[in-house]
This record gives sequence, C-alpha cells and structure tokens, in this order.
Amino acid sequence: MKLNKVLKALLIAVPVMTLAACSSTSSTSADDGRNTGAVEPVTETVQVETAEPVISPAEQMRQKLEALRQENTIYFDFDRATVRPEFVEVLEAHGTFLRANPSVRVTIEGHSDERGTPEYNIALGERRAQAVVSYLQNLGVSAGQLSTVSYGEEKPVDRSRTETGFAKNRRAVLVY
Amino acid sequence: MMTNLLRKTLILTILLFPALARASLEIVITEGIDSARPIAVLPFSFNGTTRPTENLAEIVSADLMRSGKFSPLARIKMPQQPAKASDINYAAWAKEGVEAIVVGQINEIGIDRYTVSFELIDVLKGNSGPSSQMLNAGKLVTSNEHILDSRETTINGGQFRQYAHRISDIVYEKLTGERGAFLTKIAYVLVQPDNEFPYQLVVADYDGVNEQILLRSKEPLMSPSWSPDGTKLAYVTFERRQAQIFVQDIYSGRRTVVSTFPGINGAPVWSPDGESLALVLSKDGNPEIYTLHIASKALRRVTNQRAIDTEPSWSPDGTELVFSSDRGGNPQLYSVNLITGTTRRLTFEGEMNLAGSYTPDGSTMVMVNRTQGQYHIAKMDRQSRFLQVLTKTNLDESPSIAPNGSMIIYSTMHGSSQVLALVSMDGRFKARLPAINGQVKSPAWSPFL
Repeated sequence: MKLNKVLKALLIAVPVMTLAACSSTSSTSADDGRNTGAVEPVTETVQVETAEPVISPAEQMRQKLEALRQENTIYFDFDRATVRPEFVEVLEAHGTFLRANPSVRVTIEGHSDERGTPEYNIALGERRAQAVVSYLQNLGVSAGQLSTVSYGEEKPVDRSRTETGFAKNRRAVLVY
Repeated sequence: MMTNLLRKTLILTILLFPALARASLEIVITEGIDSARPIAVLPFSFNGTTRPTENLAEIVSADLMRSGKFSPLARIKMPQQPAKASDINYAAWAKEGVEAIVVGQINEIGIDRYTVSFELIDVLKGNSGPSSQMLNAGKLVTSNEHILDSRETTINGGQFRQYAHRISDIVYEKLTGERGAFLTKIAYVLVQPDNEFPYQLVVADYDGVNEQILLRSKEPLMSPSWSPDGTKLAYVTFERRQAQIFVQDIYSGRRTVVSTFPGINGAPVWSPDGESLALVLSKDGNPEIYTLHIASKALRRVTNQRAIDTEPSWSPDGTELVFSSDRGGNPQLYSVNLITGTTRRLTFEGEMNLAGSYTPDGSTMVMVNRTQGQYHIAKMDRQSRFLQVLTKTNLDESPSIAPNGSMIIYSTMHGSSQVLALVSMDGRFKARLPAINGQVKSPAWSPFL
C-alpha cells in the first residue's frame, strides 16, 4: 500500500521534474534566433550540435521548488478538513520532493471562508493545515520538516463573499 | 525587554496620539425608532465669548436616540426653547407628546473654563394639576417633584463631548432605571488591504468618535478583549507569523506577550476579577479551552475533547465558561463549571450556534445562530431556553454586549464591506456604523469606564 503510493508519487513527480527541465532549457536557448537570421547559406561540411546544459543539484532543487510553488494550494469543502481526491497528486509531488530533500522545511497555512465566527474559523483552518501535515507524514515526510499556522478567515484571497469566493478561501497553502 | 521587543518588531508601530481620524464611523439607524419614548433635549444657552466646539444638546440627543429607547424631538418641532425649568410651558410640551425635557446652560467663566448646568424635567408631573400655574409664576419652590435631576459642573473646552455622554448617562438612568453606557468605548480591528499596515487595532468612543489606533501590523490582528478595569486589551497577533496573545496597556502602549505556544493561541477573554484569561490553545493537538492566571502564569486545561473547543466566555460570577464545540457534530454552545468540571450542552436549535456570551445579569445568552445557512445574532433565555433571532443582516459575527446589557455591537456585511452594527437586546432597534475606508471586524464593547 505504502509502496504503491510511493511509486505513484514518483510517476507523477518524474513528469513534473522533466517538465520543469524542459521549460528552463527553452527559456535560455537564445541561439535559436541567431540561426534563423541566416548570415550565410548552410554549408554541408559541418554539423552543429548542442550539449545539454549541466544543471547543478542546487539548481535542480530550485527548479523543482519553483514547480511545486505553482501548485501549492489544496481546497476544502465547507466546514470540512478532508483532503479531496483531486489534490492527492499535488500532495504526492510535494511529499516526494520533501522526502528527497530532508533539509527543506515547509509551513502549511490553513484558511477558511468568512462564514461563521473568526475563532471557530481559526480552529477550522488549523484542522485543514493538520490534514495536509498528516497526509505528508503518511507519505514519509518527517515531522520536523512540517509546521502549521492557521489564519482562519483573516487572509481571504477573494473578498467577494460569493460562493466562488468562499470556495477559493477554504484552503491550505504550502509555503516553502 | 520592552524596548528590545519594540525595536525587533519593526513591522509594528504604536501610536497613542488622540483624535487621529475623526468620526469615520457614522451611525445610521436602520430600524425601530418608532417604538421609542418621545423626549426633548433643548439647545443649551450660552453666556460668554468663545463658543465650545461641541454641541452638547446634539450629542445628548444622538446618544439617547441610539439607545433605541428614546426618540428626541427635532429642534424645529420644539414649541419653545427655554434654558431653565422655571421658563417651561408644560402644556405646550405635553401637547407634543414629550415625556421629559433636558434644559441647560453653559457659562464661560475663564479662559477655557466653562460651567455647565442642566435639568431633567418630567413634563407630565410639571403639567399635572393646578401646580403648573404656580410653576409658571415661579412659585413652586418647595415641590420640585417634576425636576428629576439637576447638576452643575465646571469643565474645560476639551471635555464637552465627554460631559455630554455623562449627561446622557444620567438622563438614561433616571428615565429607565438602568445604568447608561454612553461613557464607554469600543475596540475593533480595521482591515485596509492596500495599506502598508493592513491590520489596525483601534479604540473609539462607543459612538465611533475619537478613534485612536493602538497598533498597526502587516499581519492579522484578532479578538480584542477588555480588561475589567478598562485599561488594557488582550488580543491575538500574527506579527511573528504564528498566533500569539499580547496584553497592551491602552494608555501607556506597553505590550507584553502572555501566550506563545505552538499552534493556536486564540480567543483571550478576561475573567470578571481581571486576574485570569480564558483562552484557546492547540499545543496538545487540537483546540482546547484553558485558563491562564496572568500573575503566576499558571495554566489550567478546562476542556479535553478531540473536537474543536473555542470561544470561551465567562459567566458574570466567574464560575462558568460558555464555549463553542463541534463535539456533537455541528458547533453548538456548551458550558463548563470551573469548580465541578461539569459540562452541559446549552443550544439545540439551528444548524450552528457560535460565539456565546452571557449578558451582565447572567439571564440571557447572546450568540451567532446559523439557520438555513444564514448567520444572525440571537439570544436565548437561560431559564426557558427560548431562542430569538435578533438581526436580519448578512454574515453576522463577533457579538459584544454593552456593559449595561442594553445593546449588542457586532460585525456584519453591508454591500461588499464588513461594518459594525448595533441591535438592542429586544431586537427592535437596529443601527449601522459604516466604515468609510476598510473592513471593520471583531468589535469589543468596553466595561463601564
């Protein structure tokens, strides 16, 4: 069961990492432009090849972190703190990264929508943050890498007080 | 220690300048003035050269109107404007249906010194029987039954507003038999998302005038609670990116950390004797109610449940705490006896009941009730358990009761803004305090000052 999860996490994490790598090479490939500017007709006597840029482990980690930061929010149902199935992949990607980088710490912020009372919502926000912590711990992330803070309804991302607004605010955010 | 702390927390500035922004809360009465008792507050006569900047009669009039119990007569409807009881034409006032009149005089007696005198007169007593004729003749010196109160005091130019609230307190108490709460303050949190310091802890007169910012922060501030002597506020701050409870002296600005455990440090509420705080900590895994003896720092765990336990509030005698818990599924109110440890469920009506607190006489519980998805302020009689919803506004939260038990101030939505609103304990009178700029949260009504 546990192994299964790890495998699944890897299956998801690998494409995420390669995607990150692809995007970074394309953003630095400035010589493509010069080639099309064609100074002289191509002579068949040489063929130009490019080497894969060497990415240092630190750079690799930075890129992964960057990718993880793109998908760092888990949304919840009203008055609930259960991780919905669609966020399993996101959490497994974070779990894989945290397991591979035991020195990295993450704070999980718990939030609620603006319904109910501020005090109850602080408790609810904490429950959501803790749900994420338990999930990551079950994936093998060490407790020492994880901390929580609940902001309840004090830091909404959407202040419209509509159902869509409320749904955006009921969240846990992984902050590296 | 203190200066060190201040220097370290550069994101915070403490301001103690009086009267920074003036009256950004302007009260709009939305319902219920028609059931109020008609009275008249006459313009005070003035003898002197430098007129005071504040209008005493207007302030008293507004106070009494806002109590929801009185309907002051508009000035243009006044049949006469005498400054002394002996000049009153009682028949004319009785004809207007006015029950009581406040008349007064201001005499300038020196540089920035004024003598203010006022009389509160019962129109019916003044108008009853043949004595009214004799009164008009200025003779009835021995029978002053119709003069309910009369006082004289000397103040300086900066004290008019405060003294006006004092007059309101006296008038209110004489006419209702209940202590007035016009010389009180409210604390609240103002949120201005675009401000460099979006979260501000503010104290103002109960009517929103004389706002003073006590603290500005880049991170959320929550749950202000007054010490029973009205000199300190306990509140929650996230300035260190974790919840901490501070106590701040509102006059000296001195701040002290009282609780900084891992997890939630929330919902501080002062005990009636001022020696302890009830608070919520989640250091042992989930939110539980604790009491903290401030001087000895002795911490006592009151609840022990896997559910959410939060929002403690003391019974007036300090022997019980009411709190919210979702141990039964949905959040409802419970009370725990601090001596015996006995816990009872108090509310059964509605999908949720939250933020419970006792009225000062202990007879009633005020709370946030959720019924059919709507969050409203409600009250419940403790004997009969009869629950009455008091408000019709949207997303009501954070009810706080006036120290005389007459009114509840709470936070609600008006359009797209979070504002403060007032509702009388009988639910008949309603008023709104719109904020010009920002969201107003977590009001806390001060004790008698």
